[in-house]
Amino acid sequence: MVYDFLLLLSFQLLGELLVFSLALPVPGPVLGLLALFLLCLVLGRVPAGLEGTAPALLSHLSLLFVPAGVGVMLHLGRIAAEWWAILAAVLLSTWLAVAVTGTILARLLPRSAAPSEGLP
Amino acid sequence: MTPERLAAFWVYLQTGPLLWLTLTLAAYGLVQALARRARFHPLVNPVAIAVALLVAVLVLTDTPYARYFEGAQFVHFLLGPATVALAVPLWRHRAAVREALVPMAIALFAGSATAVLSAVAIARLLGASRETIVSLAPKSATTPIAMAVAEKLGGLPSLTAVLVIATGILGAMTAGPLLDRLRVREPRARGLAIGLAAHGIGTARAFWESPLCGTFAGIAMAANGVATALLAPFLLAWLR
Repeated sequence: MVYDFLLLLSFQLLGELLVFSLALPVPGPVLGLLALFLLCLVLGRVPAGLEGTAPALLSHLSLLFVPAGVGVMLHLGRIAAEWWAILAAVLLSTWLAVAVTGTILARLLPRSAAPSEGLP
Repeated sequence: MTPERLAAFWVYLQTGPLLWLTLTLAAYGLVQALARRARFHPLVNPVAIAVALLVAVLVLTDTPYARYFEGAQFVHFLLGPATVALAVPLWRHRAAVREALVPMAIALFAGSATAVLSAVAIARLLGASRETIVSLAPKSATTPIAMAVAEKLGGLPSLTAVLVIATGILGAMTAGPLLDRLRVREPRARGLAIGLAAHGIGTARAFWESPLCGTFAGIAMAANGVATALLAPFLLAWLR
């Protein structure tokens, strides 16, 4: 558990180091993700303990957004004043992004992979 | 315990992270139990309810957000390692990813540009202030990335964090039914769409649909983070 965490943090650190030294416009953890993926490719497997730790951490992904979400209390005034524009922009733009991404990939995917289930 | 001792204990608790860290986990635990009871109905969104509960407690106890965050920052920090951990499901489903690499790249680029451009265009059309518009631009990217982008472009990073989370919540609630209507049933296409538009909160939702769907959502979240960081500055300059 501790060593798995050490591994995740080390790759995050490596990512931050790369971003900082190469002045990349990408966040450190994303490069850490890619570096860990490369390690898996080289090893031909996931480093031992991470098999369990990574899914355990990811199964509570929504918890990790709660502290930033509570920050809504700092902006209640602005949101009250502009709630209509904000809600419309967030909702419509999210639907557009979902529709564009989903339909394009569904059209372009090779037919070989069967859909997981039949009709709902 | 006398009221004086209780008050002293309250003051003492304000000096450390224990109270607000505990309450953050407690709110989440409570809401998870609630979501389970509702059989993970998309409208019972754990993040939305936990945030509402905590804001209510903070307002009632007259606690500033900064003091709350001193405790909650330990949870917030885990977003970094969790992003790195997405490498594990990515590795597990590498065959499905390799097969779909080019279609994915096309869908990701189109979706990413749509997310930024439509948010900015709609907010501007409806007369939002400049700071709000800039803070909205990276709303589909994951929190740490979106905050960095907003800061660079002259938005309000803390407002962006809130908008990102609102996007994630609304996306997680509505993307599934919308994709049903559009007859997109392929799990990889559903995952990519949910993760691109609704980042980690959508990814959490997508993992509940299926591991393959969740993996593609995770890929979309990482890729859209990168794409938003690269595209948003150009798109905003072009719209001005």
